[in-house]
Amino acid sequence: MAYSEKLVDHYENPRNVGSFEKGDDNVGTGLVGAPACGDVMKLQIKVNEAGIIEDARFKTFGCGSAIASSSLVTEWVKGKHVDEAGAIKNTQIAEELALPPVKIHCSVLAEDAIKAAISDYKSKKHNQ
Amino acid sequence: MTVSSSTNAVKFPIFMDYQSTTPCDPRVVQAMIPYFTEKFGNPHSRSHAFGWEAEAAGELAREQVARLINADAKEIIFTSGATEANNIALKSVGAFYKDKKNHIITVVTEHKCVLDSARHMEQQGFEVTYLPVQTNGLIDLEQLKAAIRPTTLLVSVMAVNNEIGVIQPLAEIGQITRAAGVLLHTDAAQAFGKIPLDVEAMNIDLMSISAHKIYGPKGVGALYVRRRPRVRLEALFSGGGQERGMRSGTLPTPLVVGFGEAARIAKEEMQEEAARVRYLSEKFLKAVMDDVPDVFMNGDREQRWPGCINLSFAYIEGESMIMAIKNLAVSSGSACTSASLEPSYVLRSIGLNEELAHTSIRFGIGRFTTEAEVDEAIRIVSGSIEKLRAMSPLWEMVQEGIDISKIEWAAH
Repeated sequence: MAYSEKLVDHYENPRNVGSFEKGDDNVGTGLVGAPACGDVMKLQIKVNEAGIIEDARFKTFGCGSAIASSSLVTEWVKGKHVDEAGAIKNTQIAEELALPPVKIHCSVLAEDAIKAAISDYKSKKHNQ
Repeated sequence: MTVSSSTNAVKFPIFMDYQSTTPCDPRVVQAMIPYFTEKFGNPHSRSHAFGWEAEAAGELAREQVARLINADAKEIIFTSGATEANNIALKSVGAFYKDKKNHIITVVTEHKCVLDSARHMEQQGFEVTYLPVQTNGLIDLEQLKAAIRPTTLLVSVMAVNNEIGVIQPLAEIGQITRAAGVLLHTDAAQAFGKIPLDVEAMNIDLMSISAHKIYGPKGVGALYVRRRPRVRLEALFSGGGQERGMRSGTLPTPLVVGFGEAARIAKEEMQEEAARVRYLSEKFLKAVMDDVPDVFMNGDREQRWPGCINLSFAYIEGESMIMAIKNLAVSSGSACTSASLEPSYVLRSIGLNEELAHTSIRFGIGRFTTEAEVDEAIRIVSGSIEKLRAMSPLWEMVQEGIDISKIEWAAH
């Protein structure tokens, strides 16, 4: 499949691969997708008192587009307020990486991962 | 045994997709060249030396192909390839006998051109039984026996599977079909020239063959059609009545000559080549499967052509693996490399769950694979397993002792 240079760069040099301690109160974890569908994304955000995402990590089981989409969103969410990060749309991801039509679902999954991570973080705060 | 490694540096990408096609052997190309230029005659021209020369060359090639399967040259019908041969074997034979018998049996892991021909025949009023395979990819002979009816015309079972390399028990199948008075067709595209095939010993009535899978040119193949007892068919093509009326059209002499030469070389070198391929295959498997956790072979470990290796790398998605090993030209059973987003039907047929089907890669080893290339492939694959598992949330969960099959994943 012919991929854009940006996509290949994110795949070959993925940014922010790794994990945070998911028990930490300031860490939100989103785990989306399913092994049977060929994509699972785990996105983690570390949020400060002001609600700003200070750092992000990902691990992804999936095709090159899925890995590149997750790598890209870890870069995008850093420095953003959780509400701002929650507004990132899959179309922006698809456009940035020039995803081919059959790979659009990878960008949808990345958007879902951000939302899931934020929602996990917020429910932790709520329960404190 | 040892195999001398190439003294030259390995060139990238390394071709490991020998099931899709093979390069022409230089000896094949040499044999073909005169037939493009000075020996260009139409082999069906009876009135001059140009025609006679081309005809003699075609007949030698026919003999060379026949010898490899213990057939008579008169039983070899040249076609454009195995796809056409499979179409004739099913549709044309079916069309001839349809008033007497209207049932055929084939297998769920057959090549698309056999399955699609069978579907076409269903639309023409045939009944088709699609036999399942066991988890090792082989059919159950008892199920085959049970599927045969008084109306069964033909059983079509491939010799070597193109995705997982397993060898179906043709000799045993041939005993069953012969005893039942049923025709046996085998798609031998991946087997011809690689493993011994004998149409007499195996009771094979029809066999599809391709040249470009055995270092011959693309665009030519053959159908073996038994003469005693005679198998009849209604030709697909109308025309000049070439190939004993079964396949009209001028024989492409250069291609046919190349096909014959490829068959001659394959017959001469089969044993030595099979041993070499097996040695390289075992070396590769030891390094990337036996010594690595959670890498599985698809298809029977023993009853197989060793040059077709289909592996599932658990917790690594197939397309990301293909991108990581981009210096290896391989093929994947993963959905993500196709437009359909459906994993391979062959892998599903052997009961492989979708998770593992998404992680499978086919590695091909063939005549021109060097030991240095296999060593390089081992290095690349091992490194990629490590890199991609370090990036895989599934691998991380499994290392933490989480049973990922118990997680309720949201399908998307």
